[in-house]
Amino acid sequence: MTHIAVPKTYKLFIGGAFPRSESGRTYEVTTPKGAFLANAAKASRKDARDAVVAARAAVSGWSGATAYNRGQVLYRVAEVLEGRRAQFEDEIVRQEGVSAAAARAQVDEAIDRWVWYAGWTDKYSQVAGNANPVAGPYFNLTVPEPTGVVAVIAPQDSSLLGLVSAIAPALVPGNAVVVVASEAYPLSAITLAEVLATSDVPKGAVNILTGSPAEIAPWLASHADVNALDLVGASALDWIDLEIAAAETLKRVYPPESGPDAAAPALARVLAFTETKTVWHTKSLI
Amino acid sequence: MTIERAVSPAQRAIQVLGDDLTESTLKRYLEGIPGIDAVGLEQRAAGLGTRSIKTTSKAWALDKIIELIDLTTLEGADTPGKVRSLVAKALLPDPSDLSAPRVAAVCVYGDMVPYAVDALGAAHAAGGAEGIAVAAVATAFPSGRASLAVKLADTADAVAAGADEIDMVIDRGAFLSGRYGAVFDEIVAVKEACRRADGSFAHLKVILETGELTTYDNVRRASWLAILAGGDFIKTSTGKVAPAATLPVTLSMLEVVRDWHRLTGERIGVKPAGGIRSSKDAIKYLVTVAETVGEEWLQPHLFRFGASSLLNDVLLQRQKITSGHYSGADYVTID
Repeated sequence: MTHIAVPKTYKLFIGGAFPRSESGRTYEVTTPKGAFLANAAKASRKDARDAVVAARAAVSGWSGATAYNRGQVLYRVAEVLEGRRAQFEDEIVRQEGVSAAAARAQVDEAIDRWVWYAGWTDKYSQVAGNANPVAGPYFNLTVPEPTGVVAVIAPQDSSLLGLVSAIAPALVPGNAVVVVASEAYPLSAITLAEVLATSDVPKGAVNILTGSPAEIAPWLASHADVNALDLVGASALDWIDLEIAAAETLKRVYPPESGPDAAAPALARVLAFTETKTVWHTKSLI
Repeated sequence: MTIERAVSPAQRAIQVLGDDLTESTLKRYLEGIPGIDAVGLEQRAAGLGTRSIKTTSKAWALDKIIELIDLTTLEGADTPGKVRSLVAKALLPDPSDLSAPRVAAVCVYGDMVPYAVDALGAAHAAGGAEGIAVAAVATAFPSGRASLAVKLADTADAVAAGADEIDMVIDRGAFLSGRYGAVFDEIVAVKEACRRADGSFAHLKVILETGELTTYDNVRRASWLAILAGGDFIKTSTGKVAPAATLPVTLSMLEVVRDWHRLTGERIGVKPAGGIRSSKDAIKYLVTVAETVGEEWLQPHLFRFGASSLLNDVLLQRQKITSGHYSGADYVTID
């Protein structure tokens, strides 16, 4: 019997499930030469709203997990990424039109970067936190805490590496993420969602939307329940307006980056989405 | 036959069933009511849930929902302070937007009624059409497992403390074992206990606890029974039993209310309670009311939502419409 290939429906990733867009819209993903690759869901503002609700619900669980546990979960993601590297390489070749060697290099770097960030989960607070000297018999401790829900516009010119570079640092301290994937290269994002869904990442901790960043970003920037905005991939958008909208609700905003070094691994990306808490505590009972 | 508003208990049953009011005539009447086509009912309810309510209609619906809410706190951990903050929220649901209407009533346990009345002050409806009413759950809520004397004392106590409305629970055990007379007599007695010193009555809402009645036929029978015995409102649930209010159950109760209105000209209220948490769900209920008994039922004396977290969701939706961007839980008060 001949086998008939079953093409995959690329859907959104919201709250641990893979729904179609609420709007019912899809758009065609093509190779650089214009050949049809797949249909991807075109998320609407209501999908973004649902994603924020799912992310908000995930914050307490993910940020409440121990740093060690978060690290283990993120390492697990890297393990599963490694196991599915053939699929990622194939999709990168087809979407970006690059050589197999270049695709392999991108997957290697994405996994390395994920592991690098995973290692920071139980270390970043030692670097960013402090025991402050005070003039009294008190401990005065400064600790970084996750800010909450982070909306990310992923780098638009990279399919896997850019996405990983944008979401991994936000996850490290325990934030939940709503990410708008690359509009031209959304297939790797949904395949990454399948990795996340099978790696003990709590549902809602990462939500992935595909579609037009220009359409969705303003709704995320003005959303009062989003705590921070990572505009790393928004350089082609009217990102000043996004920043102005974000200021209305006092969001933390990380500016766009472009070029080959965009979203290079840095502890600053982790700390950008944390809040600093300082507590006083008596040293002992007198 | 026309009943404007039944005042003396059991007057309705006598008018409908005749003077020969016995357990067997009641049983014959209730069991003679045609059964419900469950599949048809659920399909109808699902259909009513698909209406698209947008922009100005949605804005109207959101304000209407707030006006119909019985803002509720029924926890073992309730304190006078919690009741006072509930009342503050009832008076001013959205401090950032003074155009938000007030809720219909606050619903508390009987011992919290004095604190609610005190906190409402001049805003207390106290039987009038204006202001916020105080509803008290009584009759050994939520189980109803107490002697009749205790239940009546519970009710009279809440009424004396200033409750405008009494939410009683029926004896589901008696109902399910077919002792309709016992349930009937109890509702009649509680209605009598709702009588104030001046001869007027506190509104009586009869909680059927539909989640324990298991079938739609039982819900319909219990609705008729509660109305015949003198209930001013029929209410789905205590909120302590799952499933609480569902759209099909509420629809079947609204159909009874519609039939009663056709039969007697009298208007009975309906209160779905428990499990209605989103504006989207609440709007489905508004549509169901409007298309089953008519829009005139969308008034606080004929339809209520028993809810606590629903109000915050409605306020978030309202803020979205006013501001043009999505709001968040940090912008409404904590329940």
